[in-house]
Amino acid sequence: MSARLLKHGAPSPVLVTAIREAALTGLLVVVLAVPFLGLKIENAGNGLLLETRWPAAFIAVGLAMGGRVLLVLGREWWHRPAVFDRFPGTVFLSERPLWGLGMAGILLALFLPLLLPNRYAIDTATTLLIYVMLGWGLNIVVGLAGLLDLGYVAFYAVGAYSYALLSLYFDYSFWLCLPLAGLLAALFGILLGFPVLRLRGDYLAIVTLGFGEIIRVVLTNWNTLTHGSQGISGIPRPSFFGLPFGVAVEGGPVTFSAFFGIAHDPLHRVIFLYYLILVLALGTNAFTLRIRRLPIGRAWEALREDETACRALGLDPTTIKLSAFAIGAMFAGLAGSFFAARQGFVSPESFAFLESAIILAIVVLGGMGSQTGVVVAAFVLVVLPEWFRDFVEYRMFLFGAAMVAVMLWRPQGLLSHRAPTLRLSPGPAPPH
Amino acid sequence: MAEAMLAVEGVHAGYGPRLALKGVDLHIDRGEIVALIGSNGAGKSTLLMTLCGHPRAKQGRIWFEGRDITRVPTHDLVRCGLVQVPEGRRIFSRMTVLENLQMGALTSDSRHFRPDLDRVFALFPVLAERRAQRGGVLSGGEQQMLAIGRALMSRPRLLLLDEPSLGLAPLVVRKIFATLEEINAGEGVTILLVEQNAYHALKLAFRGYVMVNGVITLTGTGSGLLANPEIRAAYLEGGG
Repeated sequence: MSARLLKHGAPSPVLVTAIREAALTGLLVVVLAVPFLGLKIENAGNGLLLETRWPAAFIAVGLAMGGRVLLVLGREWWHRPAVFDRFPGTVFLSERPLWGLGMAGILLALFLPLLLPNRYAIDTATTLLIYVMLGWGLNIVVGLAGLLDLGYVAFYAVGAYSYALLSLYFDYSFWLCLPLAGLLAALFGILLGFPVLRLRGDYLAIVTLGFGEIIRVVLTNWNTLTHGSQGISGIPRPSFFGLPFGVAVEGGPVTFSAFFGIAHDPLHRVIFLYYLILVLALGTNAFTLRIRRLPIGRAWEALREDETACRALGLDPTTIKLSAFAIGAMFAGLAGSFFAARQGFVSPESFAFLESAIILAIVVLGGMGSQTGVVVAAFVLVVLPEWFRDFVEYRMFLFGAAMVAVMLWRPQGLLSHRAPTLRLSPGPAPPH
Repeated sequence: MAEAMLAVEGVHAGYGPRLALKGVDLHIDRGEIVALIGSNGAGKSTLLMTLCGHPRAKQGRIWFEGRDITRVPTHDLVRCGLVQVPEGRRIFSRMTVLENLQMGALTSDSRHFRPDLDRVFALFPVLAERRAQRGGVLSGGEQQMLAIGRALMSRPRLLLLDEPSLGLAPLVVRKIFATLEEINAGEGVTILLVEQNAYHALKLAFRGYVMVNGVITLTGTGSGLLANPEIRAAYLEGGG
């Protein structure tokens, strides 16, 4: 039916749906926006005056309609059968047992600022989410593609310095630098990928370790560009889509609190940063879950298991490896530019080898390739040490003991189960 | 020679400076089963790998269906119809049987997937039974069947097999070789079989080549080579 429609040049069904739903949404918002936004009653001393604010209503309707179109397209993208779903007579399985757990986690994360409205809790949660995002990014390289990368923090540094330097020298805004940082980090990923294409296992680990150190040493010593070990301070904080946080100043730009007519509260920025990293991290997760269903994601998994077999099956290891490095690095770059924006300060010290080790520990502890495992492990490695600050002297000791315990009892990681992704559809095979 | 499906002309190749192949000539016609036998280290596996461009031939030419494939990248050969079942099976042990078979189908049109899958399951019913199990838990024989099935999913016209009998019980070897015959006769897939198990290989093959120290020393029909006293003495007696 839809195929016939397409043949006659009719617009694709998705667009039709999107336009229909957007029109419906627009109508609803018009009904709501005209009285609530478009009309305003002013007290004019000797009576009431009806004032109109059509532009505000117009913007609201536009935003709602645009949002609806994006929502429909996003929904379609998510549900569009992946290449493997199109294998007739098969059913694609998602990780159902963990689905409920994941949803509960996301809901908890969404309402956290309401549940724990204090700065320390939200700051810790933001740090946790940075590590979750880095863990998910590295999971692509190490967990899925099986390429042991000990220098992952280099891409994090590239992302952080991209934003720091672009804002310092060119005054670029955070929202422009975010994608640029991801792109630059991906480029560095490819740069690292080329020389190590032929290396595996221990040798690859050593070269990536060296790469991580090279980046750090360059950042420390290139004084004229990066201010060396002093780092770069005064990095502009991200705005709320153009509205800066902060106390409103007469004649200054319209601030977040002024625009929404609420009292200024320094917590606003903290909460905004929290949601920003939540969106970035969830985006990373959605991307990975999706790409695992595409041939490239499956090829990563196959590469981890056996490179020779991959080649014998007509898969090109070069493309597979470079794409894993590039995409993993891209997410580290995005996280890095967020880090720079959150701290307002970057220095090479933040990107030492220990960071790489922690991120790798998160992936390994979580169970290579497991998305939920990364969250659990990041929690264990980032939040638990915060809770046990009282035992600060014993922290490293406990950390080591925990690692040894995991190696003894769960050498595959906390959540290492790899659920099958495919089964045959029930009933007889379709006619061929 | 123009008729041959695969033609190898004076190929020299090897890993590093030492050449394992010192001028190999052979050809395979469409629809044949050809066995390549020889002792350990004769260069059989190297020849098979060189056909797939890994390592590359240092001298000589390889033609497949009239096309010079000497320099074609390894991963492109599958799309040409030349598929290898590598030595040691090399299945994806963490993936299920079904996922393994699907990996083989990545290069072909997804519309062929279900019919091809049914064909593979008809050839190896045990794979259908075990389709939801991880590749790593299969027995050696079942893993070999999976490796062959996975290669068949990429719709080869010429199937290269490297020591499919390696480490398998005689009964299982017989079963797998019977299936190879079925694949050749029923599906029209041409087969090049590299084997140490000379007896089974030559019994199955239309023709055979004997390789010694990187060169072909003897060629003939399968039954002819089986009857050859030299072959009997070198590869069959005691080894059988």
